[in-house]
Amino acid sequence: MPFVLRRLLTVAPTVLVVATVTFIALQIIPGDIAQIMLGTDARPEDVIRLRREFGLDRPMVVRYLEWITNLARGDLGTSISYREPVAGLIRQRLPVTISVAFAAMTVAVVVALPLGITAARRAWSALDLTVLAGSQVGLAVPTFWMGILLLLGLAAARPIFPLQGYVALTSSPLEWLRHLALPAIALGIERAAALSRLVRASVLDELNRDYVRTARGKGLGGGTIVRRHVLRNAFIPVLTVAGLQMGFLLGGTIVLEQVFGLPGLGRLMLQGIYARDLVVVQGAVITIAITFALLNLLVDLLYAAVDPRITYQ
Amino acid sequence: MALTDRRRVRPTLATHMRAIPERITRRRRRNLPLIVGGALTGVIVALSILAPALARFDPAALDPAIRLSAPGGAHPLGTDRLGRDVFSRVLYGGRVALAVGAVAVLIGAGAGVPIGLAAGYNGGRLDAVLMRAMDGLLAFPALLLAIMVIAALGPGHVQAMLAIGVVLIPAFARLARAQALVIRSQEYVLAAGAMGAHALDIIRRHVVPNIAGPLLIQMTVTFSGAMLAEASLSYLGLGTQPPTPSWGGMLQEARDVLFVAPWMAIWPGVAIAAAVLGMNLTGDGIRDRLDPRLTRNST
Repeated sequence: MPFVLRRLLTVAPTVLVVATVTFIALQIIPGDIAQIMLGTDARPEDVIRLRREFGLDRPMVVRYLEWITNLARGDLGTSISYREPVAGLIRQRLPVTISVAFAAMTVAVVVALPLGITAARRAWSALDLTVLAGSQVGLAVPTFWMGILLLLGLAAARPIFPLQGYVALTSSPLEWLRHLALPAIALGIERAAALSRLVRASVLDELNRDYVRTARGKGLGGGTIVRRHVLRNAFIPVLTVAGLQMGFLLGGTIVLEQVFGLPGLGRLMLQGIYARDLVVVQGAVITIAITFALLNLLVDLLYAAVDPRITYQ
Repeated sequence: MALTDRRRVRPTLATHMRAIPERITRRRRRNLPLIVGGALTGVIVALSILAPALARFDPAALDPAIRLSAPGGAHPLGTDRLGRDVFSRVLYGGRVALAVGAVAVLIGAGAGVPIGLAAGYNGGRLDAVLMRAMDGLLAFPALLLAIMVIAALGPGHVQAMLAIGVVLIPAFARLARAQALVIRSQEYVLAAGAMGAHALDIIRRHVVPNIAGPLLIQMTVTFSGAMLAEASLSYLGLGTQPPTPSWGGMLQEARDVLFVAPWMAIWPGVAIAAAVLGMNLTGDGIRDRLDPRLTRNST
């Protein structure tokens, strides 16, 4: 498929841009990185030693090219605080972050689609107004506060859900689900609030079209019209905006990992910031940004699957 | 006579800004979002400004004797781990949220609008370079970009303002660029150019007034996003630093003693939600008024 191939090729420049911005932000802006990592009370000879060890005494251009070529080989450098390759640290934590994001997206879709479609079909009814008002509130409640409230309400009284921690899907699927449930709901509700508004607006837009009147005129029932004709058209704008909002999903995951003590990329990045270990921060940032680019790619591919008219120029 | 009249009402920025409140209030009767949102925002702003008068305690005053006491008596919302009055801290936290939000939006608009105007009005290579730089910022999830800026600059509420401001730049740049592109090719602008008007004059007289409305909407909506971002960053310990009270920071402290002092986890969250809801509704209300193309059916 030429569209898929061409779209795949656009990921490479995005990764290059992301890598460049990360390099500028974490290697150029902070000033003397060795000094920052060791703190202000470090002995000068230690700073010089660290600078040499990490090659920080070499010209910027050389370091930049090295960063890019190492990245291409999957080498993200060695952490100063963990004394381990960053790529290995990330490999352990990436599944956690992806699990949270995926579970939250599932919650969001399952909640938002029926709500949005029903609200649109009964526009300006009491149910519709409730969905609209509820989604406004859902958008205003910060995900980490929602997480805290869920802990307070559901994890404290009954030990159905754990207070924190993570169990890998491969070791116990049930435990995996139990540990993911609350973070997924906390983040999923906020995303559902955004998504249900989109679905509602988009379905409502399509319901006013001529083809719907034609379908009704030839005697099709309301449910059939929505399922067979409206949804396929309505999903195109929904996917576009949902794709643009993938960033909120990943941003929310970073914060929720902290609330629920999940050992994911966000937590790794924050520990890197607290420990002034910029190599770890850099590795986590670039991994999250690449995940973001790949999610957007996935959305674009879905887009083409939903709408046969789309070809990539 | 008609000709001179028309010449007198040149669309300067001032006349447009004066016209905005009039357009907002015209159909106020039906604009529920604007009424509710405006009221909520008004209450939050008033409580924050009046914090010194309303708070009975210094938000940073420690009193170990009454640490973690439940709501009631002199402390209507209880006290925290260090015996500080939660009510006073929620009030003062509003000042931080509003200040960070306002400064971040001003940084975003202050840098983004000139970038967008320059790119859109000049076109060509400058446009390509500036907008690729904006795309570079947009390639990151918003919160990640803010965290990265703070990783570089160190934690703190000034750094948070800057970090959130940087995140907001591309949105303002795109808005200004799109508007500049449209207006650049309008006949009256071409005429002004033919008469020898300077590009900066044209931008000031014709382009800026045209983006005033969309800009106002954008600023309201991004303001609520900026407040949410400040709360998130402070929750992560990257934004406002203790002992300065911030809603996000208070929730972080509450998370540690969640089951001992659940009252600490309620009101800072309510405050964030109310402030964000108020700003979002206000933005929706203003948009309904300023953009007649948006009917009730397409909101």
